[in-house]
Amino acid sequence: MALTGCAGGAPSALDPAGAGAARVANLWWLLFWISVAVFAEVMALLTWALVFRRKRRVRVRHGQPLRFVVVAGAGIPLVILVAVYAVGLRDLAALGDGPGPDAPTIEVTGHKWWWEVRVQGVDGATANELHIPVGEKVRVRLRTADVLHSFWVPQLMPKTDLIAGETRETWLHAERAGSYRGQCAEYCGTQHAHMAFLVVAEPRPDFDAWLARLGTPARPPQTDAQRRGQQAFLQGSCAGCHAIRGTGADGRIGPDLSDVGSRWSIGAGAVPNDGGHLGGWIANSQTVKPGNYMPPQQVGAGQLPDLIAYLQSLK
Amino acid sequence: MSTTAASTPGASREDLARLEERWAERPSLRSWFSTVDHKRIGRRYLVTAALFFVLAGLSALAMRTQLARPESRLLSPQEYNQLFTMHGTAMIFLFATPMLFGFGNFLVPLMIGSRDMAFPKLNAFGYWVFLFAGLFMWASLPFGAAPNGGWFAYVPLTEERNTPGLHMDVYTLGLLFLGIATTAASINFIVTSLKLRAPGMSLNRVPLFVWAIVATAFMVIFALPALNVDNAMLFLDRRFGTHFFDPEHGGNVLLWQHLFWIFGHPDVYIIVMPALGIVSAVLPAFTRRGVVGYALVVFAMASIAIISFGVWVHHMFATGLPPLSYGFFSAASTIITIPSGIQIFAWLATMLLGRLVLKVPLLFVIGFIVTFVLGGFTGAMFALTAFDQQVTDSYFVVAHFHYVLIGGALFPILAAVYYWLPKITGRMYHEKLGRWAFWLFFTGMHLTFFPMHLYGLFGMPRRVYTYPDEPGWGGWNLVSTAGSYLLAIGLLLVLIGVIHAVRRGRPAPPDPWGGDSLEWSTDSPPKPYNFPVLPQVHSLHPTWDDASRTSMTEGATDDRILARGRQTLVTSELDGRRERTVEMPEASLQPLLLALALLVFFTALLFAWYPVAVGAALVVASTIAVWLWPPRRPDQELGVSA
Amino acid sequence: MNARGGIAAATSTEALTTEQPVGRSAGWWGMVMFVATEATLFACLIGSYFYLRFQHGGPWPPDGLTAPTLARPLLMTAVLLPSSLPVVWAERGIRRGQRWRLRTGLAVTLVLGVTFLILVATEYAEKLREFTITTNAYGSLFYVITGFHGFHVLVGLTMISWLLVASLRRGTFGAHRHDRVRNAAIYWHFVDVVWAAILFTIYLSPRLS
Ligand code: HEA
Ligand code: HEA
Ligand code: HEC
Ligand code: CUA
Ligand SMILES: [Cu+2]
Repeated sequence: MALTGCAGGAPSALDPAGAGAARVANLWWLLFWISVAVFAEVMALLTWALVFRRKRRVRVRHGQPLRFVVVAGAGIPLVILVAVYAVGLRDLAALGDGPGPDAPTIEVTGHKWWWEVRVQGVDGATANELHIPVGEKVRVRLRTADVLHSFWVPQLMPKTDLIAGETRETWLHAERAGSYRGQCAEYCGTQHAHMAFLVVAEPRPDFDAWLARLGTPARPPQTDAQRRGQQAFLQGSCAGCHAIRGTGADGRIGPDLSDVGSRWSIGAGAVPNDGGHLGGWIANSQTVKPGNYMPPQQVGAGQLPDLIAYLQSLK
Repeated sequence: MSTTAASTPGASREDLARLEERWAERPSLRSWFSTVDHKRIGRRYLVTAALFFVLAGLSALAMRTQLARPESRLLSPQEYNQLFTMHGTAMIFLFATPMLFGFGNFLVPLMIGSRDMAFPKLNAFGYWVFLFAGLFMWASLPFGAAPNGGWFAYVPLTEERNTPGLHMDVYTLGLLFLGIATTAASINFIVTSLKLRAPGMSLNRVPLFVWAIVATAFMVIFALPALNVDNAMLFLDRRFGTHFFDPEHGGNVLLWQHLFWIFGHPDVYIIVMPALGIVSAVLPAFTRRGVVGYALVVFAMASIAIISFGVWVHHMFATGLPPLSYGFFSAASTIITIPSGIQIFAWLATMLLGRLVLKVPLLFVIGFIVTFVLGGFTGAMFALTAFDQQVTDSYFVVAHFHYVLIGGALFPILAAVYYWLPKITGRMYHEKLGRWAFWLFFTGMHLTFFPMHLYGLFGMPRRVYTYPDEPGWGGWNLVSTAGSYLLAIGLLLVLIGVIHAVRRGRPAPPDPWGGDSLEWSTDSPPKPYNFPVLPQVHSLHPTWDDASRTSMTEGATDDRILARGRQTLVTSELDGRRERTVEMPEASLQPLLLALALLVFFTALLFAWYPVAVGAALVVASTIAVWLWPPRRPDQELGVSA
Repeated sequence: MNARGGIAAATSTEALTTEQPVGRSAGWWGMVMFVATEATLFACLIGSYFYLRFQHGGPWPPDGLTAPTLARPLLMTAVLLPSSLPVVWAERGIRRGQRWRLRTGLAVTLVLGVTFLILVATEYAEKLREFTITTNAYGSLFYVITGFHGFHVLVGLTMISWLLVASLRRGTFGAHRHDRVRNAAIYWHFVDVVWAAILFTIYLSPRLS
């Protein structure tokens, strides 16, 4: 429709790519057209009054057309609302219709201000990016490490909040392969704006490959620069906060960096993932994403290129 | 057009002189601080709330400027987060409600034919508390210590461990402080409307605006405690280590949300209800007839007031509560649109049967209908849980609440400003300037907020200080920003119009519009005692019926002039039968003193100077004790036997 | 003076005095509305108690704390609930112009109320050895709810003492002037009734499970 046209490519709820969001998009168009009709009715009455009841010789009528008020203001709306409520309930039930017991379960933990992603049964973690197989419903289990966040992928599924002290569940389903932008939708403090993530829907074999990579050690360094970079990483402060599988670095404060080289962004959507931005991030992430919990790092000017080389090799 | 000549009252010259002596205040510094006149207090409410509106509005303009383009770095996230929190908090708590209470304060006694509020000193006290609480909260902004947790301040983000510093203490204490004013004003409105109505004003002759204020006041009485308990618990959690909201020690974070919205949802109707009352008050003058379906409209207000307590969970549709409860709250939220529908169609019917006089106040009423109906529709959409889960916390919600808040509150408030300006200031406004203001404001408003529906649907979350250049976000945001400047210019013209009217407006007659309620039978501006002769009311539209009107001129008896003291009449709750005469309190500095002591108390709590707080509490207690100390009277008058 | 002076004289002072017993006074309504909003405040606190309790699941009180014993709270109830009676008696007395009943009744209530607060203090002294306001949410609820009520008792007692002091002076209260007595009485009854709700919530309900 006209509205969808303007936002081609945006993470738009009106451009659904999965069962959940598609339901809601249909519901929206129903509500939209009803609103257009009722609004037209109100505007028609208003215009009538403005056009025909303004002249000096108009005689004021003192009747009390209660029947009109009750029918137009309560009766007709009631009929519409009851019908719409029924449709809404059906859609709510459909959103509750999650995957079966043996569907993959992705465990997402919200942190200020990034997403920790794990898969049940797989020993490994990544951040700000999760993969799902096309055409299958995948369970997503939501927890938070600190404050409330909300998990929202407009093109796939409406929101579910992450509630401190509790576990919530939702599911994802994509009909077509592609990358879908998601974002934290519950205000969670300074960098709520930069708490985005990406859902990559891909054919089952690719998904399985992702799972496999998630469970195996990170790619070892290949070049001298990368080796020096790894040294710097392990001996510097980095390893205290970050984990890289198979290296002994097992910090849990910041995101797991085992596959950081292949991520779509740095800092949960703060900047694109390329060498320049990565260097800027490591040297002082506070200029990139003010207020985030990674302090500026004392990295020697000589070490920085090595670190970048190493991190970029982690794919 | 003026029907009554308020200058030829039924009271004799001697009586008028005596009334003047009893009620008038000599202009002096002391009287400025000690006044208890509801008209002066009402005006102060209006001016102060308008000041807070400008501050909150300028914060919004700063936000809009930041959001004009993607990846903008004009404001730091810390600044932005304080600005949007203060914008929302101030608009809701320091502008909308106090502004409408300001109109209530000025108008309720005039509309019901009384000489003041039931508790004039309490009224003065309420104003000072409102002023101090507002300054208390705004003062934190220049120090970068303003609240920053969003206007509904969800825990655990707002707990000490996630938001250290004074930010949220300013929020909890400021709102607790302000709550005193709101509660006091509400009790005062209820009692005034129940007991001080002119003789003959039975319940079925009470103006719709007064009904609206009373329904609002009742909602405040039963809704505000939930917010107060919430804020008190948060303050204790932050300062004294309690665990109400701490899941690791048996607390629960959703408790905050439940309590907040048990208050918060009624609160949005607390804001819209008096504004709808304004619409019902303005329409008769510009359609030349009463509002269609008086009883239906009253019924609609009462049912909104009641149902509004049963829908709060619709603000928590994404928190993952059981589907059964969602089904219930979704149904309740759907039903609550019906009484609004009744009111909208009652007004439309009024316009269709009357003769429209298209002056600026009516323009704003029409702007209200167009805007509010659109906002109401999106509200009805949210009532469906499935849809809400998709758009909640996105700009679609921001669009909804600005349509209902600006449509449902700001348009009526501006209508009220133009409508009652002659009564309040005694001056007429400039019609043409008013029209320009309207059109700029109307256009700017829709240009700003309509696109928010779009980029909300396109996936833009709210409360982000900046955003990436997604297709469909950047362009529409720029439109919004441009619209907000236009809107601000419109409001600037309103401001200029008001100043112009006060400075060089043409003097206003007592009744420039041919209005139907009693305030139009007083002078513009009204005398300190409001009515030389308290009216005897014979109909719902007293200024339009001869019997009520002449009751203030011919054959007025002493028991409605009451020139022997500072007196007004008390009547029965239901049918306005005369009960007795009461003596009204004189001007006093106690209200100001009490409010100052409270200011010291809350400031001391904020900075953890607890001994000072205890001292201030003692001052509060003793001021109240002195305030209420019974006057001494002869035993025979008291009736003492032993 | 014009002609109407005559009528005015006939209806003056006596007829126009305030607080004559015709209908409910503004003060009465004011106090009732105030009590209504205060009662809602307590309802929210008690609602929070049950919400946290049932969301918590598991044993209540949690963390191995023992359920409160009943002996002292029942004694407190026995002291506080009857304390409304002397107020009623005093108010009835002053309505008939009997100042001595007002003074006596208020004094008795004052004694009962102070006794109640002393009992609260001993209760706290004992409980504080087991848990404090910062132990867990249960501790926070316990002390904040009972403390908030205790604060209301204190405010009520301040009103009662204030009335008592005022009534010791001649020329304050009488058959025609006792609005303040009645309003303070309403408040005191409210403080009383709330205690019953708190007794049920804090002391009895943990035993019903
Ligand atoms: C003046 C304030 C005001 C008013 C009047 C309303 C009115 C309504 N609101 Fe709104 N609302 C807010 C202020 C207001 N709201 C605010 C501030 C928030 C956000 C808080 C925040 O998150 O910051 C909010 C959020 C909000 C939500 C939560 C959204 C979310 O966060 O996900 C919901 C959900 O149900 C909702 C519903 C409604 C409904 C059903 C009405 C109804 O009362 C509307 C009724 C009116 C009409 C429907 C129009 C007239 C009727 C007719 C012409 C008849 C025909 C109608 C039909 C056939 C439908 N509102
Ligand atoms: C009555 C309530 C009310 C009103 C009137 C407004 C008015 C406006 N609001 Fe807002 N708003 C809220 C209540 C209100 N708002 C609430 C509750 C929130 C949620 C906060 C939260 O999330 O916690 C919110 C949030 C909110 C946001 C979302 C922030 C975010 O999520 O990141 C935005 C963004 O554009 C916004 C914009 C505006 C604008 C441009 C106006 C304009 O209409 C303002 C216009 C006013 C002025 C400009 C001042 C007056 C001007 C003059 C007298 C002229 C003189 C000055 C000049 C010409 C410069 N508001
Ligand atoms: C005190 C803890 C801490 C230290 C030390 C630390 N980091 Fe971080 N790091 C974090 C946190 C927290 C984040 C997530 C920030 C965010 O996105 O809000 C992060 C994010 C990152 C990211 C971006 C990851 C992504 O996917 O967005 C990279 C890359 C990174 N750190 C590299 C490093 C390197 C290299 C070092 C050492 C030189 C280092 N970090 C030291 C805490 C730390
Ligand atoms: Cu996480 Cu917003
Ligand atoms: Cu609501």
